[in-house]
Amino acid sequence: MSKEENRGQWGSRSGFILAAIGSAIGLGNIWRFPYVAASNGGGAFLIPYLVALFTAGIPLLILEFAMGHKIRSSAPGVFAKLNKKYEAIGWFQTLIAFFITTYYVVIIAWSFSYMFFAFTGAWGADPKAFLFGEYLNLTDNPLNLGGLNLKVAVPLLLVWGINYGVLRMGVKNGLEKANKIFMPLLIVALLVIVVRGVTLPGAMDGLDYFFSPDFSKLSDPNVWLAAYGQIFFSLSICFAIMYAYASYLPKKSDIVNNAFMTGLGNCSFSLISGIGVFSILGFMAHQQGVSVADVSSAGVGLAFIVFPTAINQLPGMNGLIGAIFFITLIFAGLSSSMSIMEAVVAAIADKFKLTRTQALNRFAIASGALSLLVATDGGLYVLDIVDYATNQYGIVIAGILELVVLGWLFNLESVRTYVNELSDFAIGKWWIYAIKGTSFLLVLILALKIKGEIAAPYEGYSWDALGVYGLGVMMIITLGSFIMSKKKASDEFHDAIYKETLGNELKIED
Amino acid sequence: MSTGAIIVAVCSMTLLWGGFAICLRIAMKPENK
Repeated sequence: MSKEENRGQWGSRSGFILAAIGSAIGLGNIWRFPYVAASNGGGAFLIPYLVALFTAGIPLLILEFAMGHKIRSSAPGVFAKLNKKYEAIGWFQTLIAFFITTYYVVIIAWSFSYMFFAFTGAWGADPKAFLFGEYLNLTDNPLNLGGLNLKVAVPLLLVWGINYGVLRMGVKNGLEKANKIFMPLLIVALLVIVVRGVTLPGAMDGLDYFFSPDFSKLSDPNVWLAAYGQIFFSLSICFAIMYAYASYLPKKSDIVNNAFMTGLGNCSFSLISGIGVFSILGFMAHQQGVSVADVSSAGVGLAFIVFPTAINQLPGMNGLIGAIFFITLIFAGLSSSMSIMEAVVAAIADKFKLTRTQALNRFAIASGALSLLVATDGGLYVLDIVDYATNQYGIVIAGILELVVLGWLFNLESVRTYVNELSDFAIGKWWIYAIKGTSFLLVLILALKIKGEIAAPYEGYSWDALGVYGLGVMMIITLGSFIMSKKKASDEFHDAIYKETLGNELKIED
Repeated sequence: MSTGAIIVAVCSMTLLWGGFAICLRIAMKPENK
């Protein structure tokens, strides 16, 4: 059996593209993008958004696809192949993926519960009271976790079961086949929501709010930062996923066009979901006699409070449309969660030469146990703070470290030559400037974030809570990445990665 | 919907979905398969 077959390999190009788009399309495309766009200039936001896609999102995808494909290893292997000292950066990204898994699966579990609640109307006339009270049984403060919430833990077991089953079947028979089923179903479910949404009274007001351009916002630097932030967080870049996915590509594979399709596919989906979300918000505002801005929200509030309220007010087929909405969240969530898990499983399997099942078992036990913490009565607080810490700080720091090493210390021209040699079409020198420029932007985003944090702690949480779940998790990730990079590697990893480092450029003939 | 909103909706959809379709078409060419 060849080395590639041992690690697993995509069976087809379409399988890889669907899996990469499936990874990029997640809950954020449905519940974050529409709100960010509408509150940052509406239609005018799409200008910085597209600029960010072409100057940061796609260039970073090309970089990660190229390195994963060439080195044929997960993130720790990619960085260790450049220089053993950099391996910790790969583990830093991998551990971010590990912690994101612990809460991401819980949100998918809620979506499963709500899919059934849509038919029974369990949330009643007050979805907010139902979510925080009857369903989550939320405690009074973040440091009081209460007990395990079985209403969350039972669907959580189902979510883990699906992810475990898919990952255990491998790259071609598991990830590829699952994405070939989930992605078309996701698109169909979203289109049903869009068609239902735009045919409701008041839908056009919602779409007007979403698309109407306020060009004066283009002179606001915060709008541009929001656009780069949205692109950055939406494409599954800088937290180990795309290295692992690209490492399963056959040797003769396109890089550039695959990256363009992944980026464009992700953003096209976001736009459609924005139409679905805002047409229904427009209907809801129409029913309540308020403006669309008054009902516009994002995240957990949009999915589990605002949408159930809107579903209550639908003129017919409430249960069915509600269930289909939560099915879109489930499919979008699963296609992302399995990619996040794969990033960790691949890293463990590569370094310690474990079989896929051995690595998966170790990962599932550790991450599954931690996810139970998020399935407690106070789990929503843990979820919120860990999500904030890993996304707003962890991924940005990981991105800065990645771009310092790959963007400034590594010879990007050699990467450009490498991808142009393989790809359907070539990229020019603009790509190098885009990568280097993005590194400055990430530093700026991080600096502004820290400045804002000092002025007002996130969501008014106590410093104790932010320290335990936010800073605590970030410290575990940092320490863990050094510990993992110092652990003894298998002989195979030693020979393939440490023994012959790449230096600072990619060589095509290798 | 206002005219501005319609123009933005059509242009952004065309650019994103059109861009995706062009890339897909390039990938489907026999020499790129």
